[in-house]
Amino acid sequence: MQRRTFTTATATAAVALLALTACSGGGASSSDALKAKGDITIWYSNNEQEVAWGKAMVEAWNKDHPDEQIKGQEIPAGKSSEEVIGAAITAGTAPCLVFNTAPSAVGQFQKQGGLVDLTKFDDGKSYIEERSGDAAEQYQSPDGGYFQMPWKSNPVMIFYNKDMFTAAGLDPEAPKLSTYDDFLATSKTLVESGAAPFAIYPTPTSEFFQSQFDFMPLYAAQTGGTGLVEDGKATFDSEDGLDVATLWKTLYDEGLAGKEQLQGDSFATDKAAMAIVGPWAIAVYGEDKNWGAVPVPTKDGIAADETYTFSDAKNVGLYSACKNQATAWEVLKFATSEEQDGQLLELTGQMPIRQDLPEVYADYFEANPAYTLFGDQASRTIEVPAGPNTVEMLQDFRDAYTKAVISGEGDLADALKGAADKVTKLAGQD
Amino acid sequence: MSSETLGRPAGVRNPRGTTPPRPGKRPGIQRLFGKHPLGVLFSAPYLIFVGVVFAYPLVFAVYMSLHDYFFAAPGAVVDRPFTGIDNYVTALTDPRVLRSFLNVGIFLIINVPLTVVLSLVLATALNRVVHFRSFLRVAFYVPYVTASVAVVGVWLFLFNGGGLVSTLLGPLAPDPAWLINPAWAMPTIALFVTWKQLGFYILLYLAALQNVPNELYESASTDGAGAVRSFFSVTVPGVRPATVLVLLISTITGANLFTEPYLLTGGGGPNGASASPVLIMYQQGIQQGKPGYAAAIGVVLVILVLVIALLQNRFVGGREEK
Repeated sequence: MQRRTFTTATATAAVALLALTACSGGGASSSDALKAKGDITIWYSNNEQEVAWGKAMVEAWNKDHPDEQIKGQEIPAGKSSEEVIGAAITAGTAPCLVFNTAPSAVGQFQKQGGLVDLTKFDDGKSYIEERSGDAAEQYQSPDGGYFQMPWKSNPVMIFYNKDMFTAAGLDPEAPKLSTYDDFLATSKTLVESGAAPFAIYPTPTSEFFQSQFDFMPLYAAQTGGTGLVEDGKATFDSEDGLDVATLWKTLYDEGLAGKEQLQGDSFATDKAAMAIVGPWAIAVYGEDKNWGAVPVPTKDGIAADETYTFSDAKNVGLYSACKNQATAWEVLKFATSEEQDGQLLELTGQMPIRQDLPEVYADYFEANPAYTLFGDQASRTIEVPAGPNTVEMLQDFRDAYTKAVISGEGDLADALKGAADKVTKLAGQD
Repeated sequence: MSSETLGRPAGVRNPRGTTPPRPGKRPGIQRLFGKHPLGVLFSAPYLIFVGVVFAYPLVFAVYMSLHDYFFAAPGAVVDRPFTGIDNYVTALTDPRVLRSFLNVGIFLIINVPLTVVLSLVLATALNRVVHFRSFLRVAFYVPYVTASVAVVGVWLFLFNGGGLVSTLLGPLAPDPAWLINPAWAMPTIALFVTWKQLGFYILLYLAALQNVPNELYESASTDGAGAVRSFFSVTVPGVRPATVLVLLISTITGANLFTEPYLLTGGGGPNGASASPVLIMYQQGIQQGKPGYAAAIGVVLVILVLVIALLQNRFVGGREEK
C-alpha cells in the first residue's frame, strides 16, 4: 500500500524530470555555430493565417537555397508556446528560429542560455534598429543586446458592436468613448437599455498575461506611453494608475463588466458590446459583426494620433541549440524583409514592427482602410517589463488587480502600492 | 533438508567433502539478495522503474529545493548557488503558498469523506440492482474517463451566475456566484472532482463487494438484521481494504489537485481562494522560472501527504493487518 504514496511525489518529480533533461545532448551557442551554414528548423504559430504565411515564406526561401533548406513546422501543442519553448531549451531541442516568441518570456529564455544575442552578428544591431526604429529599444536587454527580433504587433483598441450601439440609442458612427466619463455613461446606456448584457468583458481570471488586455492598454494611453516599469521602478502606483484602476473597478462594481469566466468569446457571442482587441479581430469578426474601432479611452480624452496602447507583440528568437546560426540569421532577415513583412500584413492583418509602416505599405492600407487605424496605432505602443522576472511581476500585479479591482476587496491605492513594491523589488533582481 | 544432514554434528565434512555453512551464517549472495535471489531479478524492472521515475527525481527535487535552481540550456554556464533552507522559509512564509495548503485542506475535508461515502453507497446499490446494471455502471464511469477540459465547460455553465444551479436555487444562490465566490470556489471544485472521480472508486468498491461472502448477509438476516444493519455490520467491515485504498488514492490525487483550479476558476481565483499547492508550483516552477522554489513547495507537499497517508493507514487499515 505504501508504494502508492510514491505517486504523491509526481508533482515534484515532474519539475525535477524537466531538470534531468538538461543532462541530455544539444549544445549552447558557440562562435562556430554563429558562422555555420546548413539546414535549419523553424517553428511558427498554429493559427491558420500565420501557418499560410510561414509555409509561403519557407517555400520562397527553399526555392533559392538548396544547400540551406528550412524545415518549417507549427509550434508543438502545449499549455502555452512559452512552456513548450522553455522545455525545448532545457532539453536542447529548440529549433533555430521561433516566429512566436513572447516578449514576456524572453528574459527567462535569455537567463536559461537559450537565446542567441543577435548583436553578435556583424549587421545584427544595425539591421534591427534600421527596420524597427525607436520601437526596437523596448526589446533591448539591459546590457544592450537583442535576444529577440522585434517582429509584429497587434496594437489593441476598443472594438464595438455598432448594432448594439444603435439598439441602445447611441451614435454608432461617433461613439462617446474617449473620456472615462463618456466611457462609463456609454457603458451604462448599453446595459440599462438591454442592448447588451455587459458593456465590456475582459477575461477576469488570474493568469499573469490578462492585465495586458485590460489595465495595460488604458495605462499606456493615460500616461502617454509609460510602461509598468521604468528605470527599474514600478510606475503604476501613481495618480494615472489609480485613475485607470478606478475606471475598471467602477465598471465591475456597477455590473458593466463581467466578473465570471466566460466560455467563448464575449464579443462574438454578443455577451458584450465592446472588446479590447488587436487587428486580428478584423478577420475574425469582420463578416459576422457590424463593428467599429476607436482608441482606448483616457481620463480627459486625447487625440487618436497621440494615444498609446499595449503592443501585444510577438517576436522572433534565434535559439542557442541551433547548429547553423549563420543560416538562421539570414533566414531571419529574409523573413523580416520588406517583401515578407508585406506578405505577413496581407495574410494575417498583423502589423510588422517596422518604422513608417503606414507609408511603406500605403497601398495596402488604402485597399484595406479598416486596418489603417491599427497601422497608425502600431507606432505608439508599450511593452511588458523586460528581464527574467517579467512573468512574476505581471503575476504579482494581476493578483493585486483581481483582488482590488475585479473583486473590489480592500483599498485600491494600497493594493497598487503593495504590487508596485513587489514589482520594483523584482525589477532590481537579476 | 534430509534427516542425514540433521543428524550430522557441526563441522563434520559431508560426503562431498565440503564444510556446511555454520547455522545463522548465510552465503554472501543470500545475505545480499535474501533467500530467493531470483525474486530480486523478477522485481528488478519495477525497482528500476521506481528508482528512475520516482526516487531519483525526488532526491533531485530535494537538491533543487536547496539551490537557486533554474532550467538551463545544455552546455550553458549558469550559477545555481546553494541557498540552504531559504526556499523552504520563503515558501512557508508566503501567504499564497500557505493559502494554497489551506485550500487543499478544505478540498480534502470535503472530497475524501464524500468520495468514500458516496462511492460505497452507490457501489452497494449498483451491486444489487437488477435492471440496467451495465448502463448505470457505465453512466457513473463516463465522467471519470472524460477529460476535465471537456466537462469543465458544462460545470461553468451550471455554476455561473445565470446558470442552472443558481437559477434553481433562486435567492438561495450565493452572490457572487459559486466559482467567483471566495467561500464557495473550493467546495464547488471539491464537488466537481468528487463527481468526476466517483466512477473509478465505485468500480473499486464493486470489486471488493464480490469478495464479501453471501453467507454473512444470510447470517445477519437470520439474526434479524435489516438492510441498514447489514450494510454497517457486514458490508462496511467487509470492504475495509478497499476503503483504505480509496482513502489513500483520493487523498493523494486530491493533494495533487491542479487541472480543476487551472481551468474551472481561471488560475486559482478568486484571489487565490482556489489555488492549490501544485498550481502554485506550476506558476513558480514553469511560468516564473523558479523551479527550486517550486521543488521546495513540492517537498513540503510530499511530506504532508505521506503523514496523512500514514495516519490513514494506521487508523483505518491497522485493524485489517491484524
